[in-house]
Formats: sequence, C-alpha cells, structure tokens
Amino acid sequence: MAEFLQQLLNGLSLGAIYALIALGYTMVYGVLRFINFAHSDVFMVGAFIGYFAGRIVPEGTLWGGLVVLLAAMAGCAVLGMLIERLAYRPLRGAPTLNVLITAIGVSLLLEYSGQVFFGAAPRTFPAILPSANFTLGGLVLSSNQLVVIVVAVLLMIGLELIVHRTKIGMAMRAVSLNPRAAQLVGVNNDVVISFTFGLGSALAAAGGVLYALNYPSIDPLMGVMPGLKAFVAAILGGIGNIPGAALGGLLLGVVETFVNGSQWSTYKDAIAFAILIVILLFRPAGLLGRATVEKV
Amino acid sequence: MPRPHVALLLALAAAYGVSHFPGGLDPYLLDVLTGIGINIILAVSLNLVNGYTGQFSLGHAGFMSVGAYLSSAVSLFVAPKLVGELSAAGEVTQGAVFLAALITGGFCAALAGLFVGVPSLRLRGDYLALVTLGFGEIIRVIFQNVEILGGALGLNAIPGSTTLTWVLAVAAVTVFVVHCLVDSTYGRGFLATRDDEIAAAAVGLNPTRYKIVAFVVAAFFAGVAGGLYAHFKLTITPTGFDFTRSIEIVVMVILGGMGNAVGVILAAVLLTVLPEVLRPIAEYRMILYSLLLVLLMLLRPQGLFNFPARRPRG
Amino acid sequence: MAELLRLEQATIRFGGLTAVNAVDFAVNEGELCGLIGPNGAGKTTVFNLITGVYAPTSGRISFGGRDLRGLGVDGIVGLGIARTFQNIRLFGSLSVLDNVRAACNLHRATAPGHALLRLGAFRRDEAAIVARANELLEIFNLGRFRDAPARSLPYGEQRRLEIVRCLATRPRLLLLDEPAAGMNPTEKTELIRLIQQVRRQFNLSILLVEHSMRVVMGCCERIAVLDYGVKIAEGTPDQIRTDPKVIEAYLGEDHGSSLAHH
Repeated sequence: MAEFLQQLLNGLSLGAIYALIALGYTMVYGVLRFINFAHSDVFMVGAFIGYFAGRIVPEGTLWGGLVVLLAAMAGCAVLGMLIERLAYRPLRGAPTLNVLITAIGVSLLLEYSGQVFFGAAPRTFPAILPSANFTLGGLVLSSNQLVVIVVAVLLMIGLELIVHRTKIGMAMRAVSLNPRAAQLVGVNNDVVISFTFGLGSALAAAGGVLYALNYPSIDPLMGVMPGLKAFVAAILGGIGNIPGAALGGLLLGVVETFVNGSQWSTYKDAIAFAILIVILLFRPAGLLGRATVEKV
Repeated sequence: MPRPHVALLLALAAAYGVSHFPGGLDPYLLDVLTGIGINIILAVSLNLVNGYTGQFSLGHAGFMSVGAYLSSAVSLFVAPKLVGELSAAGEVTQGAVFLAALITGGFCAALAGLFVGVPSLRLRGDYLALVTLGFGEIIRVIFQNVEILGGALGLNAIPGSTTLTWVLAVAAVTVFVVHCLVDSTYGRGFLATRDDEIAAAAVGLNPTRYKIVAFVVAAFFAGVAGGLYAHFKLTITPTGFDFTRSIEIVVMVILGGMGNAVGVILAAVLLTVLPEVLRPIAEYRMILYSLLLVLLMLLRPQGLFNFPARRPRG
Repeated sequence: MAELLRLEQATIRFGGLTAVNAVDFAVNEGELCGLIGPNGAGKTTVFNLITGVYAPTSGRISFGGRDLRGLGVDGIVGLGIARTFQNIRLFGSLSVLDNVRAACNLHRATAPGHALLRLGAFRRDEAAIVARANELLEIFNLGRFRDAPARSLPYGEQRRLEIVRCLATRPRLLLLDEPAAGMNPTEKTELIRLIQQVRRQFNLSILLVEHSMRVVMGCCERIAVLDYGVKIAEGTPDQIRTDPKVIEAYLGEDHGSSLAHH
C-alpha cells in the first residue's frame, strides 16, 4: 500500500509537469487550431534559462528559486510571442500541413541552436532550492516534489483566474469559440493569440524549471519526449480544454510512473503513444472534450 | 509498349550499367549516390500518401525500420539455414537471397502499414500525423526490446549486398509504380480523396480504401528502402529510425511540392546532397537546414519545385 | 409508375433535437419532385439520410425496394443515387475532365492492378472513360474548360460541373441541393431548362431541395413541405401554393411573400 501511494505521489509530481506543458498545447490549439510542435523546445529553453539564472542567484534559497522561476517564465513568454509573430502569424489561414511543418522547423531550429550554443552534452542543473526529505508514514516526499506540486497547482489556479476572470481571458475564450465573430465584436485577435502564446510558453518554462529540479540533467533535446507526452496528455483530456489538459497530464504521469515501476518498464516511452492511439480511435474528443461533426 | 514501361526499362538498364562503369566509381560518390537513391524511394513512396492522397503521415521511418530489421533477419538468420554460408554462394544465389530479403522486409512493412492504417486513417490532418508518429515510436520501442533483433544495440554484421544497381533499380520501380497507379482513372481517386473526402464518397469512391491502399503501398516501399539501407550500412539500431528521420522524408515531399513527382525526386537529391555540401560549416548546418525549412514555408509554401505545372496526360 | 425511393417514418435525432421526424415520402421512376421548407426545416438532413451521410435513428429508407441501411455513402451511390451539395464540393485542384473521370470509377471495367500492367484492355477502358467524360462535358457546354482546375471555374459552371459529375456515376435518382442558390432570375430560368433537359436526356428521377419558389414551382410535379423536421404537406404545385399550413409555415419568413407571388 505504501509502495502504491509512493508511486502515486511520484506520478502526480511528474504529471503536474506534463500538465503545465499540456496547458500550452491546449491553449494554442484552442485559439489557432494547430499543434505547436515547438512548444516542447520552449520547455527546454525554460530549463536552460533556469540553469543560467540559477548560477547567478545563491544556491539553496527560496527567493533565489522564485527569481529563477520567474526569469525562465518571462524569458520564454517573450520567446513564445516572438515565435508566433515571426513564424506563425504570416501563415494564418494557410493549410494546416504548412503550419505544422513550420512548427516542426521552429522546433528543429531551437534544438539545433541549443546543441550549438549550449553544447549537446547534458549539464547538471544547480540545486537552487533548499532541499529536504519529509517522511510521512512510509512515504518519502522530497521538498522538490512538493515544490513541483505546489507551484503547478498555483499556476493552474492563476491560469483559471486569468481565463475566467479577466477581460483578456474572456477574449481568449471568444477567439477559441469563433475567431471571426470575436473580431466583429472588437476583439483584437492578434493581441489575444500573442498573449496566449506568451502565457502557454511561460507555463512550459515553469514546467522546464520544475522538471530540471527533479531530474537535474538538462540537454537541448530534453524537451522532445516530455513534449510529446504532454501533447498526448492534452489530447487525452480533450484538446482545447484547459481542465482537460491538467487532468490528462496528471493521469499520464501516474500511468507512466506505474509502468516504470513494473516489469514493463522498458516500454514506458511507448505507453504514452499507446494511450494516444487508443484515445484517438475510441474517443477522439478526449475525456472532457465534446465531439464535433463536420457539416455537409 | 506504353511509355512508362519504356522509361522503366531504360532506367533499369541504366542502373545495371552504373555498376559496370569502367574503372568503377569513387567510393565517396558511390556513398552519396546510394543515399540519394534510398531517399528517392522513401520520398516518392511517402508522396503517394502525403502528396497525392493528402494524408499526413509522420511514421515513414517506422515502416523503414520494419523493413530494415526483417530483411536483415532474413539475411542473417534465415538465409544461412537455406543456402549455407552466403559468401560462399554464387552471385545469382546471393542476388536471389537479397531480393527475397528485401521483399520480405517490404511485405512486413506493408503489413505493419495495414495494421496502422486501418484504425487510424479515419483521423484527419494533424491527428493522423500524431498517431502515425506514435506508431513509429512504438515500433522503435518494440525493436529496442526484442532481444533476438539485438535490442537497443541493434543488428550488425549484416551482409553488404546493397549495390548502386539495386538501389537505382528499386528507385526506378518505385517511381514507376507510384506514377502508374496515380496516372489512371483509378488513380484519380487518390487525388479526389485529397481534395474532398465527402465529395469523393458522393461519387462512389471509397476514400478509406484509397487511403489504406496508399498507406500500404508506401509502407511496402519504405520497407524495401529500409532493407537496402540496412544492407548498405551493415549495422542498424532502433534509434536510427526515430521520428526526426520521418520528418526528413516529409520535408523532401513538401519541398518537392506535394504530389509533384519530379519535384519530390529533385528534393530528395537536394536534401541528400545539401548536408554533404554544408559539411565545412559542420555544426551550423542543421541550424541552417531548419531555418531553410521555416523560410520555405513562409516564402514558398507550394514547395520549391512546384511550378505552374503541365496537366498530367489523360 | 414504379416507386424508386421510399422514406418510411424516417427520423433522426441529434442529442435532444429531432431534425427529421417520422417523414414518409416517395419518389417514383421518372418523377421530378421538390422538397421545400423554411430555413432549418431539415431538408438537407433528409438528403444526408438518403445518401447515407447519417444513419436514421429510426424508420426505413429504401431504393428500388432495397433497404439502404449500412450501405455506406459510396455503396449508395453504387445503387444509383447521386447528389450535389448546397455549398458546391468539387475536386478543386483536379481538372474539369478529371473531376468527371474520378466519378467514372464505378463503371470502370478493369481492376486497379491493370494501371501497372497497362495492357490493351486497360488502355481501351481508359479511352472509353475519357471519351464518355468528354461527351458529358460537351453536352453541358463545359468542353472548353476541360483542362482547367475545377476551382478556377465561374460559379454557374461549377454548379453545372457538379451535376455532370453526378451523371458520370449513371444515377437513376439525382438529388439536387439548392441548385439555384446565388443565381439571378435569368440564371434560374436557365437552370429550370437544364434540370428538365437532364431528366429527359438521362432518363432519371430528380429530387430537388430548393429555397427558390420560382424554381420549385416552375419544374416540380410533386412537392413535399417540411417544417421543423415534420412533413406538413404534399401535393402538386397548385395544391401547395394554397395550402394554409404551408402559408403559415412560411409567414413571418421573407419567403411568405415570394410564395404569394406565384
């Protein structure tokens, strides 16, 4: 039982990171209806900004950790908006395939640039936060895991507030429901889309820093697998659906952790894709999504 | 004789001629040419799916790996039992064994294509791209875990049966099959499916069946290309077939101007040669490559080689 | 006159909405029928039921006595029902000729594999298909556009091409979904002539969904009226024109006035 709870806990902290990344996919899909392949590399850049910021601030302090997190989020928000402005906006209205290929191109660009400028070899992420292990019954909870869960929950609450309590959040929902109608009632779609990219990228950056705290080895290709899995999480929850992305991320993190702890551990990278395929075949709208039918 | 058949025979004769080039070819050139040939097979076959039928598959490398592994298994494990030591066998026997290995690889890949295609082809656009990507990755993980196929280390000491003649001959056959299939009344169905599935069904075509045919045929040739690749590189590992390889092939198709056969072939040549040319700037070449990809989509979304085309002959 | 198409209590529900409710209707061999009704009455949904795009929640649809359930869209075309779409759906990037060729596949004589071998039988088959497609295009004055991509055609020609494409499947029943949409009075007169020509020359039945009273009253022999998914009237154009239920359904809509004019 303790073993089970421990795995569940580990799974939730991994899932919280997937959820943070998945939110960015789902929000961008909501407003633009396309898969931002480069999102996983924004996550990587977030981890690297965290790495460099982490070497400036004193190690092992709470405020240092906060500064690192905010620096990564701000840097990636700018990066995300830049990518949108330079690569995606000129293609608005172009066929999906072209946009998808552009996204793949941006993704490769970030990865290869990372390999050239950061080097391909993995680096050890500094221990920015004070670290301790708490034992609770038979459970071991590291302070980093706790931070991951707390930060992720806070960010998701913040996102929920932005989306449902602010004017820009309402505009986001309007654009996601019907971009043209939103424009007609005076929403500036460009601003909303740009904001969405910024917001999503900031969340991915937070995910990157949190991921690096727990798995303290970072490299320019570190985003690929978590990125793909977070995307699966977004689809699992229902793409375009914000609570769905959070739910999908948590579920996927838990399932993967349990597979990893079982005799099937070598298949842990395949499990996410198996889930993806099953969900797309049997419930393409996702757990919380609503099915749409093409009008003839 | 119909024109495509004449062209095929000429191409096969030329492929045969290349190997009997007086004095032989420079080994480096031979390497590059073989790479070009394999990429042409991959790109032209994927063009049937992504270009003519309008489906977005990101799993071509997965099918390639099935062909590579299974054909190598035939050469390494099955053939010695049937014909004894390969190197001791005659040239004809060796050729026959290799052909059998390639075709086995192709059929296994086609089977995998059927298995992947039947459930997933009702999905559209980027969803299909993801499912095929997912299947490709699953295939890779499976190979990593199959001990008899070398696990994560892969297979090595595969006989080097691939010659430039083989590669060019298979490339010619691929171009021929895809061209003939599309350039017919039956083949208009692929294009119709791409343009509007609902309308295609409304004139009595079965879009799902067309998509599956395209997928299976493309997977077959990807498998054969994988076999050629394995018997050329002599060692294969699961990571050699990850989804960046699939993306490379997709880029060739897009660069060539989806559904434009000549353009896709040119793009396959260009994208094989480009990294060689860019070798002096080493690490920056991949940055340049990805930058070109983005710029291409922004500035020339219809593909590099897609000019106001002649209509295909009726 | 033999009965060709029959809807018995055809019903479809989407969630809580009953889009088509227990509709009984039949089209006889050689007949030209109309299906009218205010916006959102369920006319196009009836087409989608007949052509297998949707399966009826309950009720039965049969063609030539054969139940259409489970045949699939392409299977139903194979039996001889062809349709056009409200928002024209051509194969935009294909040439005009290839649009028609694609629709000739139902009556192709050689198997797909022949495309690789290209023996005599294949070449004769291809030549026959191209000849027939060309002949159809000539009949409808589209020959001069033969090699142009379908999406480059003017609107009216696109509508005609869609009808030609249907005819290439050799239908016994043609379903036309708002063929007069976006047409001016001259074009509508031309369209009525075209519809009657098609029926005569190709010896088929036609079912027409239309908003334009002028077109429906001008060429249909029998008309059914749908309102909120229910058939509220059926009869000759004269009967429909004076039916109080029909007038009531159309009142408050701008069509009320157009009904009165005829």
